Amino acid sequence: MLVNQFLVLGAVLFSIGVYGVLARRNGVLVLMSIELILNAVNINLVALGALQGASGAVTGQVFALFVITIAAAEVGVGLAIVLLIYRNRASVDLDEVDLMKG
Amino acid sequence: MSEFLRAYLTVAVFAGAAGLLVALMLGAGWLIRPSRPTAQKSIAYESGVDPVGPGFGQSQVRYYIFALLFVLFDVEAVFIFPWALRLESYGLFGLVEMGIFIVILALGLVYAWRKGVLRWV
Amino acid sequence: MTPAVIAQIEPIATPEIEWFAVSPLLVLVGGALVLLTAAALARSRPPRGFYALFTVVTAALAVACSALLWQRVTDPGRGPFTAIGGAITIDGFSVFFAVTITAAIALGALLADDYLRREGLDGPELYVLMLLSGTGGVVMAMANDLIVVFLGLETLSIALYVMAGLHLRRLESQESAIKYFVLGSFSSAFLLYGIALVYGATGSTNFGAIAGFLSGNVLASNGLLLAGFALLLVGLGFKVAAVPFHVWTPDVYQGAPTPVTAFMASASKAAGFAALLRVFVSTFDVYRLDWRPLMWGLAVLSLLVGSFLAVVQSDVKRMLAYSSISHAGFILVGAEAASDRGIAGALFYLLAYTFMVVGSFGVATLVGGRGDADHGLSAYRGLSRRRPLLALAFTVLLLAQAGVPLTSGFLAKFYVIGAAVEADSYALALIAMLSAVVAAFVYLRITVAMYMGDETEGAEAVTRPAVRVPPGAALALGVAVAFTIVVGILPSPVVDFARDAVPVLLSAP
Repeated sequence: MLVNQFLVLGAVLFSIGVYGVLARRNGVLVLMSIELILNAVNINLVALGALQGASGAVTGQVFALFVITIAAAEVGVGLAIVLLIYRNRASVDLDEVDLMKG
Repeated sequence: MSEFLRAYLTVAVFAGAAGLLVALMLGAGWLIRPSRPTAQKSIAYESGVDPVGPGFGQSQVRYYIFALLFVLFDVEAVFIFPWALRLESYGLFGLVEMGIFIVILALGLVYAWRKGVLRWV
Repeated sequence: MTPAVIAQIEPIATPEIEWFAVSPLLVLVGGALVLLTAAALARSRPPRGFYALFTVVTAALAVACSALLWQRVTDPGRGPFTAIGGAITIDGFSVFFAVTITAAIALGALLADDYLRREGLDGPELYVLMLLSGTGGVVMAMANDLIVVFLGLETLSIALYVMAGLHLRRLESQESAIKYFVLGSFSSAFLLYGIALVYGATGSTNFGAIAGFLSGNVLASNGLLLAGFALLLVGLGFKVAAVPFHVWTPDVYQGAPTPVTAFMASASKAAGFAALLRVFVSTFDVYRLDWRPLMWGLAVLSLLVGSFLAVVQSDVKRMLAYSSISHAGFILVGAEAASDRGIAGALFYLLAYTFMVVGSFGVATLVGGRGDADHGLSAYRGLSRRRPLLALAFTVLLLAQAGVPLTSGFLAKFYVIGAAVEADSYALALIAMLSAVVAAFVYLRITVAMYMGDETEGAEAVTRPAVRVPPGAALALGVAVAFTIVVGILPSPVVDFARDAVPVLLSAP
């Protein structure tokens, strides 16, 4: 079984996602980076599930299904918030959203 | 080569065959056809109608809400498929469970409808 | 597939649903769905305050269900049990948090009632979201499986993201929503990654099975497991606003509509700690030598950063936000002790803090005035002359947060520090006491501003619009202050409640 490759793929995707959240300023791209992290987790869940044998694998796969739906709900709310900001500022640059400091 | 990678050999063979086929057909066409370029020929093909405006059109932001509703309901269907595959095995319990799930989803749609977001403007 | 295979139907063992066990959840979700649908379908607007009343009644019903559950789990003949195929545990711990979070919902709804009308945002949405978010919190406390923890956390958080941005015309509100959303989903992704690693290392997501595996096997290389612990701690540390995962707290607390901040600071923190205590202190007990130092660091940083940065703020909502970070530090002191006494102390602290913080942000809701903008310290100058009772209530709540004797806050600090001393964490206990002294300065600063507004401020006070105290908010404040004082003087019922609520680890049947 080739689990390590999947874990490495998951870790790489996770790192790209983290980089995207930290470095990107466009709100939509930040959302996409978060999606990337969640998908990295899905790969991990399914791969690590495959290690547990037939009965244990189900947990990982079902968990991945839950993650997919929750990611959709999350991105729905996130896009709505980004749109709200766009309506008020005509920009989705998150660095400009800085009324509060201190 | 491990069992796992061998399973992907079919995919590789298929991809190679597909690439070869495309190259063969396009290459044969390129060899045979005469080449007489005109301005008319290089405009975008819009099913025989003359194209209007530039290729990069921005869509209305209000379509976003339809897209969002679609994505949400589409993704929730991921729970319905496993249930549908083993419909009989789950029996009455599964039926009631799925009924509750779909009713709750439908309540969301009722809310969206009453809020007027479903009206096409 | 051949027809013979299709015809072969083996029924899948469907889990038994113990309706009674999940009754608090059903009441909360049912209430939210009924309210949302009825409000959407109704032709005319309901009478004033109907939504808030409905929410409070729903919360009261949920508390009644929890009381029945409490009777069952404390009955020696029956005791705690797991339900729905081992997905949730019903023990004193889950009932305790069901009551705490539901109380936060009821108080938050009372505060929101007049606020929404004042800001022209009246509608059922905030109440529905509050109920759903609270449900997520209760699910987190009941969880007996990492999947359920994650589902509860996301239900809690997604509703809160929307609630934070509910004030459509206030730019700060949107800013707080986007900040909370980005950092919140970032941190729950970390949590999720941690869950995946723990699942990989132990082969299960069920708490009972994980604990059984960890105590039954010595792992040759436990890097996967320890990385999982660290990521889980990041995710939950964010939810409870522990330093260094606190950066969102001041901005989000300041920008969100004030009743939402009250709810966020109470219910969300309680739910985060519920998951933290159940996952680490109860499930990962065998590995306490590995996670206790991490929690020690979080506690110390939260105590120090929270209390010192609170001192330099000029906005009262921000001050309360930083003070909530230092309170998270205190609760972590109880968690770090990793003993039943520490957990009981943390639980007592959370219940006491829920009432203190909802009351405090309730006062900020009223003083903030139209537009929810007047949160500077100057808005509180001379409040004792304009609104003596309101000033008195705020004083009681602030003194309780500072830990003055005869209030619930004093006992809460006393119990967690006692547990730390018992667990030989003397340094941590000392740091907690010192930071309490520093934090007391913040609360005194607000109190002094309320009582000592000097004459130059008098002219300004006249131009200020009068602070209105609507009946719903007055009731919420009255309950919060009464709870704080009564528990401070007669703590034994709540202490017993917290002591009987220590989590029980049960494997799936």
